[in-house]
Amino acid sequence: MNPNPNREYEQLRISGLHAFYGESHILHGIDMVVQRGELVTLLGRNGAGRSTTLKAIMNMVGRRTGSIMINGEETMQCAPHNIARLGVGYCPEHRGIFSSLSVQENLTLPPVVRSGGTSLEEIYTMFPNLYERRFSQGTKLSGGEQQMLAMARILRTGANMLLLDEITEGLAPVIVEKLGEVLVALKNKGLTIILVEQNFHFAAPLADRHYVVEHGQIVEEISANELSAKQSVLDSYLGV
Amino acid sequence: MTMIFGVPLAVLSGQLLIGIINGAFYALLSLGLAVIFGLLKIINFAHGAMYMLGALVTVVLFDLMGVNYWVALFLAPLLVGAFGVLIEYFLLRRIAGQDHIYSLLLTFGVALIIQGVLTNIYGVSGLRYAMPDMFKGGINLGFMFLPYYRAWVIVVAMLVCFGTWFIIEKTKLGSYLRAGTEDSQLMQGFGINVPLLVSLTYGFGVMLSALAGVLAAPIYSVTPVMGSNILIVVFAVVVIGGMGSIGGAIITGILMGVVEGLTKTFYPPASSAVIFLVMVMVLMIRPTGLFGKEA
Repeated sequence: MNPNPNREYEQLRISGLHAFYGESHILHGIDMVVQRGELVTLLGRNGAGRSTTLKAIMNMVGRRTGSIMINGEETMQCAPHNIARLGVGYCPEHRGIFSSLSVQENLTLPPVVRSGGTSLEEIYTMFPNLYERRFSQGTKLSGGEQQMLAMARILRTGANMLLLDEITEGLAPVIVEKLGEVLVALKNKGLTIILVEQNFHFAAPLADRHYVVEHGQIVEEISANELSAKQSVLDSYLGV
Repeated sequence: MTMIFGVPLAVLSGQLLIGIINGAFYALLSLGLAVIFGLLKIINFAHGAMYMLGALVTVVLFDLMGVNYWVALFLAPLLVGAFGVLIEYFLLRRIAGQDHIYSLLLTFGVALIIQGVLTNIYGVSGLRYAMPDMFKGGINLGFMFLPYYRAWVIVVAMLVCFGTWFIIEKTKLGSYLRAGTEDSQLMQGFGINVPLLVSLTYGFGVMLSALAGVLAAPIYSVTPVMGSNILIVVFAVVVIGGMGSIGGAIITGILMGVVEGLTKTFYPPASSAVIFLVMVMVLMIRPTGLFGKEA
């Protein structure tokens, strides 16, 4: 029995999350909630703890305390490979394309975790470059193509919550624009997206809400319609 | 009589054959080491002990229960492989991610324990294992005599090596292994049960070694120390081929067997040193090994 009917719309609830790498204490009590179908960004300076938050959700950091609920299920005791099976797709910073695998092998590497994922044919229609180069070594692709591959890879699994870490980093504007279109399409499909992003101009028009992370804590929560009112607050946090 | 460089053809081809046979064993053993090193980043010093266990289990199964060669060919690698999975699960897993030296020392210690206990029981003088009847004899090729069993060893070793290469390079399961070699954490983040994959990979590498042991039982002297004798040579082979390279391990294994055989023909005193000489030269010219990726 679910005591709170809202819970079924709550895809992610993080409370009091602390994370450590060895002796270093990176996250100092993160609290955040993401509803199903929302696109939420984590903004902040380098080293603020945004990427670590995503990794902590995936159970990829040294040690964690606190609570991470995915679809109402506590995941602190879950092994990393069981987290993906809850429908979480993770796209790491630096993309994580495997050099010993071909493009197609990279694409089909992650197991399908839920039904309703994008089929290989649909992916190749969406990204014709990947089809043309499907037998090339994964890391022989251009940066933009590698990013498309990293995204396409998790779409195929049917994950309905995507954790995307700095997907526009180092890419040409035309590629960034294409990624923006992809995100809009995914949002329209009802996917939940958590975006760690340095490029605020990319994230602002796409997101429903923004969390500002500093020193391993959430220091500000800004919804899309408050954005213009709180622009100066945001600027001071981001140091722009 | 036909002579080549002052050596009778029959002698040369005989030594070449012994070289290829030894090379087949080097290939099987270094292949297992390469598979294990690739995913687990463990330098498995227990590999020789597993080879010895494969041979010893074959002998003991026959002596105690009359288990024949064909059954042992499957049963011994399975038993020893399962033992390997236990070692991985209860010992190696606890030091995963630590410096190489820890797993090296741990596996070395495990090898010494196994070897010591079995030496106490069986001594070091060598156990006899009768050649299966159908392999007795051989065929005269005109220029040399080829014993059936030696031909069988070469065929099996080549099939197993090719099969392993195929699985790793061309199948879905193999793509997991290759990807895990690069970034096992991300693999696990995709929902792949990496700890299980690691256990099974170690077990598989150990199985290859035990299979080499079974193949060796009818032709080599089966003793609890047979593994430590061959292990150092096999490590040299892996270094020459390049750590973690699957194809490299296979080709270098055969090649070094042949080099050793040829040296035995032309200058016997150098035959036990020649592989190490090659290793030194390769390390000086190409430190990542003949087939290793540039770091």
